[in-house]
Amino acid sequence: MKYCLILFFLFTGFNLFAQDCNSILIGSVIDFHDNTPLSGATISITGLDKTTISKEDGKFSFRNLCDGVIELEVSHPVCTTKFVVVTINGDTFEKILLEHHLEELEEVKVVSNIPKNTNSGQEESLSQKELERSSGGSLGDALKKIAGVSTLNTGGNIVKPVIQGLNGSRILILNNNVRMQDMEWGDEHAPNVDINANQKISVIKGAAALEYGGDAIGGVIVMEPSPIIRKDTLFGKTQLNLFSNGRGGNITSSLTKSYDSGLYITGQGSFKRLGDLEAPDYVLSNTGIREMGVSLNVGKRDFIQGWEAYYSYFDTEIGILRASHIGNVDDLIQSINSEQPNVINDFTYTINRPNQEVSHHLGKLNYYRRIEGFGKWEIQYDFQQNRRFEYDIRVGDDAEKASLDLQLTTHSVLTNLKFDAKQGFDLKVGLLGRYQNNFANPATGVRRLIPDYDKYDLGAYGVAEYRLNDAWTLDAGLRYDFNRIDAKKFYLVSRWEERGYDQDFNDVVIEDLGTQLLTNPTFDFHNFSGTTGVNYEIDNENLLRVNFAYSQRAPNPSELFSDGLHHSAARIELGDLRINSEKSSKVSVSLEKNSLDWGYSFAPFVNSINDFILLEPTGVEFTIRGAFPVWSYRQTNATLIGVDASIYKNWNTIIRSEHKFSWVRGTDVDTDTPLINIPAANLNNSIEFKIPTWNNFLVGLESQYVFEQKRFPPNITVFSPEQQQDILLDINTPPGAYHLLALNTEASFSLKNKNDFTVGLSVSNLLNTSYRDYLNRLRYFVDDMGRNINLRLIYNY
Amino acid sequence: MNTILETLKTKSIIGFLTLCVTAISFTSCSNDDDNPDPVNEEEIITTMNVTLSATGGTITLQSQDLDGEGPNAPVISVSGNLSANTTYNGSIQLLNETETPAEDITEEVEEEDEEHQFFFTASGALSGVEYDDEDGNGNPVGINFTLTTGDAGNGTLQA
Repeated sequence: MKYCLILFFLFTGFNLFAQDCNSILIGSVIDFHDNTPLSGATISITGLDKTTISKEDGKFSFRNLCDGVIELEVSHPVCTTKFVVVTINGDTFEKILLEHHLEELEEVKVVSNIPKNTNSGQEESLSQKELERSSGGSLGDALKKIAGVSTLNTGGNIVKPVIQGLNGSRILILNNNVRMQDMEWGDEHAPNVDINANQKISVIKGAAALEYGGDAIGGVIVMEPSPIIRKDTLFGKTQLNLFSNGRGGNITSSLTKSYDSGLYITGQGSFKRLGDLEAPDYVLSNTGIREMGVSLNVGKRDFIQGWEAYYSYFDTEIGILRASHIGNVDDLIQSINSEQPNVINDFTYTINRPNQEVSHHLGKLNYYRRIEGFGKWEIQYDFQQNRRFEYDIRVGDDAEKASLDLQLTTHSVLTNLKFDAKQGFDLKVGLLGRYQNNFANPATGVRRLIPDYDKYDLGAYGVAEYRLNDAWTLDAGLRYDFNRIDAKKFYLVSRWEERGYDQDFNDVVIEDLGTQLLTNPTFDFHNFSGTTGVNYEIDNENLLRVNFAYSQRAPNPSELFSDGLHHSAARIELGDLRINSEKSSKVSVSLEKNSLDWGYSFAPFVNSINDFILLEPTGVEFTIRGAFPVWSYRQTNATLIGVDASIYKNWNTIIRSEHKFSWVRGTDVDTDTPLINIPAANLNNSIEFKIPTWNNFLVGLESQYVFEQKRFPPNITVFSPEQQQDILLDINTPPGAYHLLALNTEASFSLKNKNDFTVGLSVSNLLNTSYRDYLNRLRYFVDDMGRNINLRLIYNY
Repeated sequence: MNTILETLKTKSIIGFLTLCVTAISFTSCSNDDDNPDPVNEEEIITTMNVTLSATGGTITLQSQDLDGEGPNAPVISVSGNLSANTTYNGSIQLLNETETPAEDITEEVEEEDEEHQFFFTASGALSGVEYDDEDGNGNPVGINFTLTTGDAGNGTLQA
């Protein structure tokens, strides 16, 4: 009967309307991702009063349409509404793809569960508030708020993150999806990133996220810029920080313009200037810093495809504590024993020698495209150039010359395919190609600490995540990396023979210059990594994660080739050509509870590392200038076990307390001695009062107790030319425990918009305690920073 | 509609490729296969000669470390015994023997004398060292000095 009616109308229509208005449009509404038909979609023709709903098979139809162009509005409860322009020319068929996986646009949704980079890995993020509070500090200092993260410092401004006892090349830093290549190997090389260019920073402890690299034995730090809202808007933020310690501050500002079409442009810049920092009893002479960063991001994000072009420049000049520049082992003995710095000058903003100047360019181009019923394809090219000057105290004609001048240039291309068409199963495969060149400028007139080299990397990986049911999710990944390093390095003949290289590596000598040999060592490394884990949601509040990761890391250029005197530490550093890849097997478990009242997380881990590479003091070498301690790289088998635990309680709507503890124990299994530079256990307790009705007033008190590291490798005996005898150098003995208090308070006000202006005041090292930290390389010479009062003003517009 | 999309797509891909090519040509400039230049350290002092002369004769002391900061320790040699209770006129010569002919660093020290000073530590049977020169600011340098010996015995001199 229905059909008859339709037929009837059809005929009537034919008769009633003009000749060309008898066309039929048959359409089909399909899910973009897996090509399944979508029923219940509402389709209406703009301007005509015609509406229909798609059937079980996704099909719909309109009849009696005139030839020409019409616009359809297609909406579905779980999808975004889409407008489709259709040209009707006789009977027409149109396939309409709707998107209901809004990953690319998910930032516009209110996200209850913060998206994570891993499934079973231990992962923690810093909130935007926490980043604002750390705006004037370094990345390392900001990350210290996460349990299990500590820092390796060279003074107050050179701060390297340490994750569960591991640092340097074992930690991969991802800045806007670009792996930072900034000579991360050196103890006194801080990451060249501006934390103000990022809105979210996450730490993945261990190698659980294989897509970023297989060699992240320590962990991965993921820094992401602000998400873009897909609407016509212009917004920005400016933050000013003033610090009492260092008598300076920083300012950072960002502005974003975005359009409905998905097009956006973001600019950001920051500048920081601090003079000499101060310990409670004296000025830490020559510890000032000047830092600036700018970034520009242009892109278009659409569901089907999108692109992004990103450029950032970071430039910093950092003073190295004057008292740390010592001439010989007797100065070091004197300094360690006297516990007083040998140079204290008046406060100044001037950065004198020794100091370092580092600049970093980062450029990125990225394109993605979704493939119907399949997934998403991405390709990215990035370019980085890192230039590092290190200046020592030199006199005469050489005074203005750098002692170290390295330029590291890196090009990377990566591409990946993500298959997400099947509900509950995601697979991502990717390829990476990278070329890196290091140029060590001979114009310094100082023998190169790191040689010229070319490095080639190729990587391939696959990671899969399978959601068994609502409670269980499994994941697994495999990765292969090939690294080739092709170096041209000069060796002193005496060093070449002393290391026994004349026996093992004579075939790499390409030129004999009498006292020096030019060699061409080339090494290939084949590294495999794998990870597997499970994420079990016990109920809405409780979660258990178990992860196993096996990863291999090729030695970095410093571990292989270091050879020379490092002035700021007055030590001779020696690499070893025989060093091969480190292999880590790590099991980590985390049990978490999160409820409105209270929650906790308990995360133990065991990391067994074969051929662990470490740098430790091994003796003394004499030169005509005096004697210098020698620090050599060595490989051994090591075990790190530890636990990160935290608990919070919301006592009522106003008071919240939080407690964190982390502990790690590192052992050299071969010699059964403690590992060097393992952070001491630390306990952090904080209490916060928040009264939203008083302009979001907040006041918090934080106590940090760092235990004494009782486990350290034995000290070394050195010959003191001054005393003409062997004496025990307390180079490894850690300083005592310390306790610091910090206070933070803030409130927000409404100037133009709601709560758009925030004022904060915080004080770190409230009691002006004198202390030294085991992981601060300058602990031999001076106390750590004293009290620091920070005033911050944040304006959102 | 489709053509617009196509054009957009082609445009962005072409743009992307152009940028890639630009970036790659950037690399090629710095990528050369030449061997790096050797660095003959400009400030290295391999040898210190100390000449001590008195009426009784001339004694030379030498500390020579031909590999500089390399693993070999300096070789110290003394040409003979000093006389007891004598004042010697001393002078210091610094050489960089990694170069041929050896570079005399003492000249550089003399030129930049306001930025240099030798410090002496004498112990044992050596009774003292006194400076016998000064720079433009009236401060001692120590290229020339006098050394006084005491009664017979052993002593150590460090400069």
